[in-house]
Amino acid sequence: MKNRTLITRRKALVAGLTSLGALMLPGCSKPVPPTYGNILRMGDAFTYAAQRTLLPGQSLVKEYRYGDISSFPATGTTNPADTSSPQFNEDYSRHLKNAFADWGLSVEGLVSHPGKYSLAALQKFPARKQITRHTCEEGWTAIAEWTGVPLSTVLQGAGISQNARFVSFYSYDGWVDCIDMLDAFHPQTILAYGMNGRDLPVPHGAPVRLRVETQIGYKSMKYIERIMVTDTFVDVGDTGWAWYVGI
Amino acid sequence: MESQPTSTPPLRHARWVRSSHWIITISFLLLAFSGFVILMCHPRLYWGEVGNDLTPALFELPVSRNYQHGGWENQTPFFATAGSPVSASRSYDIFNQNGWGRSLHFLSAWFLVITGVVYLVAGLFTGHFKNRLWPQSGEFSPRLFWRDVVAHLRMNMFTAQANYNPLQKAAYLGVIFVLMPVIVLTGLTMSPAITAAYPFLLKMFFGAQSARTIHFFASVFLELFLLVHVAMVIRSGFKQHMRAMTIGK
Repeated sequence: MKNRTLITRRKALVAGLTSLGALMLPGCSKPVPPTYGNILRMGDAFTYAAQRTLLPGQSLVKEYRYGDISSFPATGTTNPADTSSPQFNEDYSRHLKNAFADWGLSVEGLVSHPGKYSLAALQKFPARKQITRHTCEEGWTAIAEWTGVPLSTVLQGAGISQNARFVSFYSYDGWVDCIDMLDAFHPQTILAYGMNGRDLPVPHGAPVRLRVETQIGYKSMKYIERIMVTDTFVDVGDTGWAWYVGI
Repeated sequence: MESQPTSTPPLRHARWVRSSHWIITISFLLLAFSGFVILMCHPRLYWGEVGNDLTPALFELPVSRNYQHGGWENQTPFFATAGSPVSASRSYDIFNQNGWGRSLHFLSAWFLVITGVVYLVAGLFTGHFKNRLWPQSGEFSPRLFWRDVVAHLRMNMFTAQANYNPLQKAAYLGVIFVLMPVIVLTGLTMSPAITAAYPFLLKMFFGAQSARTIHFFASVFLELFLLVHVAMVIRSGFKQHMRAMTIGK
């Protein structure tokens, strides 16, 4: 007698592939990070999907004690006002000379009232202090105390749209990158203007840097100039680096 | 009981054992390679939560030009107190191939972990672990171990056998149930999103940098296992073993 309830390997495979396809279908209509047909970027996309599916929403990263603060290397761009540096930026140089007095962080895109926030205006928001571990993709770690305003506070203050999907950051050293809404609204994702109780030093991203504590260090961009809220992924091309680095 | 070489059943491996063996082999080789590339970027290892070029290392490995690199500008203390932690800017172009190195590492890790989980579940439910890997009663006695060690050193028990000897069982069990879980968990402990969700990982491995150091040593042990494994396969009938692990006959 033929057993109709028997799960054959073929049936299991077909069922598995069909459900996998069904899972991927809605993904096609969504504005997701491109993979450029690159198998490594596909792996990154899989890691992103897996972490967003399997990990609980917005767990906080470990916060440390004041005594845990450690030495902290400054890498990547360490001074955009340095004329000999390939990341030299004239505007930045002018702002630095002026102690960032007329500097302003521009918030644009899908917000009901776009505008510029001076350093004083950012400091007027309720501040958040956090002593967290910076994990560099290179392999090193360092602990510092960061003072800043939660990114969610600024975005909500600017009247962020319901359709917002990504928040992009443009920095004075020419770097552009974005994060999704889950990380943008993470309570520990802040626009930091203070480090270890003082103003943020130039090598660490003065006047304001991003802290994305749930991802690897390079997502915590320094020297932020402009924030852009969009409903699609702002594609700057394949940088050769994973876009999502929660791992 | 000593089995006679003539009466041993021919070496056979189930299809799922053979396919998972080779998927894991390829993933492992890619992981070892990309792991080495990642290590070359920062060949310093530490203990605890913190470690960087401005803090002391447990040890440094001379594996790239980043070894003991001195490209740092003057150190600036964060606090006015003596012995304050410092900041310094890097003024040196380091070797860094982590863009593709990390992505290849995680892509291969997915294959290893998914295949590994399938292997563990299958091994448990088919009786593979119980029948072939788990020691029979009294088999892991010091006396039998010692005899096995002597036999290996004299290289006189190299015939392919369906029944694994105690040393072989211990090695396989160590890889499957100790080294593999440790290397996967310490890998996850280096991930900021995962330790946010599961902070016990940081406690379990004494911090993010300790996890990285343990991850490194686990990989060294796995590479040593691979060398011995391949050497044993060659010594005890390469052709026969390859047939058993590929076409299954």
